[in-house]
Amino acid sequence: MGAVKARVLVRPKAGILDPQGAAVARALPALGFEGVSEVRVGRLIELEVADPARLPEMCERLLANPLIEDYEVLVERDGG
Amino acid sequence: MKFGVISFPGSCDDVDARQACARVGEAVALWHADHDLAGVDVVVIPGGFSYGDYLRAGAIARFAPIMTEVIEFAREGGYVMGICNGFQVCCEAGLLPGALLTNIERRFVCRQVTLELVNASTPFTAALAPGARLSIPVKHTTGRYYAPPAMLAALHDAGQVVLRYAPGQNPNGSLDDIAGVINERGNVFGLMPHPEHAVDALTGSSDGLALFSSLVAAGAPA
Repeated sequence: MGAVKARVLVRPKAGILDPQGAAVARALPALGFEGVSEVRVGRLIELEVADPARLPEMCERLLANPLIEDYEVLVERDGG
Repeated sequence: MKFGVISFPGSCDDVDARQACARVGEAVALWHADHDLAGVDVVVIPGGFSYGDYLRAGAIARFAPIMTEVIEFAREGGYVMGICNGFQVCCEAGLLPGALLTNIERRFVCRQVTLELVNASTPFTAALAPGARLSIPVKHTTGRYYAPPAMLAALHDAGQVVLRYAPGQNPNGSLDDIAGVINERGNVFGLMPHPEHAVDALTGSSDGLALFSSLVAAGAPA
């Protein structure tokens, strides 16, 4: 069985102040992009795994810090 | 009392930490890739950028070979002091509650701050009077202490908030001005300010020395 491509999205938890997102939200109007709010900046981790069932455990132990971050695992479908 | 200071790839305050420890006791260097604590009474995890702070500050260092021994040592009651990056490592390793987030201004801050001692009855602070004020530098980008509300309340109730920034001195947006916390058992202490850089009047302050000498007075845990 070959490796499966997966993506892990890591975001700051709701309620945690994200100064990076706030800085981006302030920068966009300065460039003329009005109407932008609630910007949150997270992290995208792309990886290939033999056993995608272990991805949540990888997130809990290393890829994310569950105290301050939420994560979402996206596994690429066959032929997708 | 024998202090051991861990060097990780990317540690930069390990030499200062060893020199600070050597002023109050014996100080030896510990290497991240070893599984040997050399019989020390205190493990100091120093400041710096262990493993380049990749992923999150402290996230990779937490799995360094020597950390297996440090976690076991802490579980047995051994003293562990995590300074700056070492505080981040302790939080990532689950040795201390909470997490350190990017400074609220998103900038590296390097300045002398005034700290207030909140809990003077820990082995790390026993040489100080309650309410003592300490002048110690901070230098970090990821020092905003965070704990979820219930955890934060429990920390205050249990006296686990040991140091806080004096009013108006919070350099990073830490919740409740928290600068240093201790674990429930009272043997693992983490702080963002750098006491090892404040051990000689020549460099502005010797207030940091008390955090090392307190341990000597407390003696090795039984």
